[in-house]
Amino acid sequence: MKVVAAMSGGVDSAVAAARAHDAGHDVTGIHLALSRNPASYRSGARGCCTLEDANDARRAADVIGIPFYVWDLSDRFHEDVVEDFMDEYAAGRTPNPCLRCNEKIKFAAVLDRALDLGFDAVVTGHYAHLRTAVDGTVEMHRAVDPGKDQSYVLGVLTQEQLAHSVFPLGDTAKPAVREEASRRGLLVAEKPDSHDICFVADGDNAGWLREKLGERAPNHGGAIVDVSSGEQVGRHDGTYGFTIGQRRGLRLGVPADDGKPRFVLDIEPVSGTVTVGPREALTIDRIVADRPRWCGAAPTSYHGGVQLRAHGAEHRATVVVDDDRVEIELLDPAQGIAPGQAAVMYDGTRVVGSATIVSTARADVSA
Amino acid sequence: MPAAPDTLPDVQTVYLDHAATTPMLPAALEVMTTHLRDVGNPSSLHASGRAARRIVEESRETIAQAINCRPGEVVFTSGGTESDNLALKGLFWSRHDADPARVRILASSVEHHAVLDALHWLEAEELAVVELLQVDRRGRLDLDGFREAVERDPASVAVISVMWANNEVGTLQPIDEVVAVASAHGIPVHTDAVQAVGAVPVDFAASGVDALTLTGHKLGGPYGVGALVLRREISLTPLLHGGGQERDIRSGTLDMPAIAGFATAVEHAVKAQPEYAERMAALRDDLVRRVTEMVPAAHLHGDVDHRLPGNAHIGFPDCEGDSLLMLLDARGIECSTGSACSAGVPQPSHVLLAMGCNEEGARHSLRFTLGRTSSSSDVDALVEAIGPAVERASRGARDR
Repeated sequence: MKVVAAMSGGVDSAVAAARAHDAGHDVTGIHLALSRNPASYRSGARGCCTLEDANDARRAADVIGIPFYVWDLSDRFHEDVVEDFMDEYAAGRTPNPCLRCNEKIKFAAVLDRALDLGFDAVVTGHYAHLRTAVDGTVEMHRAVDPGKDQSYVLGVLTQEQLAHSVFPLGDTAKPAVREEASRRGLLVAEKPDSHDICFVADGDNAGWLREKLGERAPNHGGAIVDVSSGEQVGRHDGTYGFTIGQRRGLRLGVPADDGKPRFVLDIEPVSGTVTVGPREALTIDRIVADRPRWCGAAPTSYHGGVQLRAHGAEHRATVVVDDDRVEIELLDPAQGIAPGQAAVMYDGTRVVGSATIVSTARADVSA
Repeated sequence: MPAAPDTLPDVQTVYLDHAATTPMLPAALEVMTTHLRDVGNPSSLHASGRAARRIVEESRETIAQAINCRPGEVVFTSGGTESDNLALKGLFWSRHDADPARVRILASSVEHHAVLDALHWLEAEELAVVELLQVDRRGRLDLDGFREAVERDPASVAVISVMWANNEVGTLQPIDEVVAVASAHGIPVHTDAVQAVGAVPVDFAASGVDALTLTGHKLGGPYGVGALVLRREISLTPLLHGGGQERDIRSGTLDMPAIAGFATAVEHAVKAQPEYAERMAALRDDLVRRVTEMVPAAHLHGDVDHRLPGNAHIGFPDCEGDSLLMLLDARGIECSTGSACSAGVPQPSHVLLAMGCNEEGARHSLRFTLGRTSSSSDVDALVEAIGPAVERASRGARDR
């Protein structure tokens, strides 16, 4: 096959590209320029020539012996991922930009462009395992390394996208990948894993949002209210700085009656109210989600597993699908689940699909 | 030792990026490699030092003769970027020190980044006020606008910089007219002639410019060596301080072997210029004609009459230039989307934007540049590959 290997400059995508090359594919390495860094003479940076990751990816491509190009997807990334991230937080939800990037950029904009240019597939360093079933459909399964499994952030991929994807690392544990990189002479072998959201450089989401949202912020402050007393227990600088289940940074002036810590239970962007309460109040076992994306045929209802955040636990669940509406009943309750997060549904190790959480509830509390 | 054949080593490669860099002239390579075996710092007083110094001075005289300046006006540098920085910062500081009212720097908006970024630095960090002058749709300086900018307040202009030939679209600038306006007010003119020397006639003394940048690797010499030709009467504040080489204008041990190779290349390029220009222009016209036959929507950017002979800068509507570049590269055909950028992120060209292209249009272009080793078989290969490549690349652009 003629494939493009998306190379971030990290160890995983470098080894994935090398494996695809070894497997006999005609591999072209590409690095995605995602950061919108407009021409700025004053800083001396022109949005190019400064990216260490691009250079790391280029050096890996040299070592593997494949051609290498940088594809500028910064406009698409800004529109589809960064703007969405801001809109979601402004609306009081908690988005997952990595999922969004896979859905809109890596396996959409990049894949489309690759197919148009005569390539057959996109290779990435994601930890997930693809298998072709007897009927010819491509199934995505969890990676063998449970600590690295990334099937959650790939749960948005459709059959069409999966059919043009190659994940060479799904059968390997991370330490073995590092070892292999080192054996292959890839200088990124020891490079640390990335964790934070790539466009929030210092990991300070609230600070980043405060700076970027500006006038678009639904509010610039409001009351923090205790769920049981209904009284105001503090003030905040903007609802977008909060996520459901958050405990730190509340700076509450009034201690709780029981002296126990309080958590964010609800965010109301229009009134600017953040509701806090005890940990127990975070427990939910009913989820309604929309915008489902199925990896294969859409199921109607089934018993399986649901994962509610990246690297989170899998909950046993009953899933009922009614067109665009997905109702999930958890057998093992979950805590701190926020609207906007993705619910990724599994059947054993196989990914069934994903949907975006709209609301949550507790069976014995609300209807 | 037999001379190496005057072609690129890999016969499969169709190299159409001579404006980025061009292969070394075999004679220059031989001179340089021979002298790499010599010992002797040109600044040393002993016999080996004197021998090295002699090579440097002979090289200086060779270059002076080739471009018609005095040997003492040739200041060796590490190449085009250094020469541009030295000229602009050095002239600005010196002129501003002599009269603090001189704060303005006038330059065309299509200068190379070695000029533009040096100017933006002077504006951000020093007291300079930079005015970038408009060009017309063919990339040629708007002389009325230029004259107005000078005459609005000539006493406040520290220096003027207008390139001899544009590196992207190949447009030649009206240097004579620029000098005529500037000299009426005693304002020094710098010109970046990196793309011009060897391609079009360049006569330093006759041009009337005060400072001229040239570099080795664009005309068959080695990388990492160039010169600023600076009129003897002009005073300039140095960037590099140290051993006081090059009349104290540019300290640093002279790279004698590279300088010798550079001089050989300049001498040859200037001598061969008329025949070279004629051959390149014929080949270039053939390339443009046949590519636009294959792709009727394609069109030449720049100025048809005032143009570098080896430059074909072509717009392919509805095609991403970088997709096209990649598809051609896969066929061994090497060209450029504009000027080379080391991280490889394609930015819309400031040159095309200045010429009135919109951002979309600026992304749809490729630059093919011919050089000494180019032949009609290179053009044949491009003409054969371009149709299918454009077809594919526009399919990619259409979906977005």
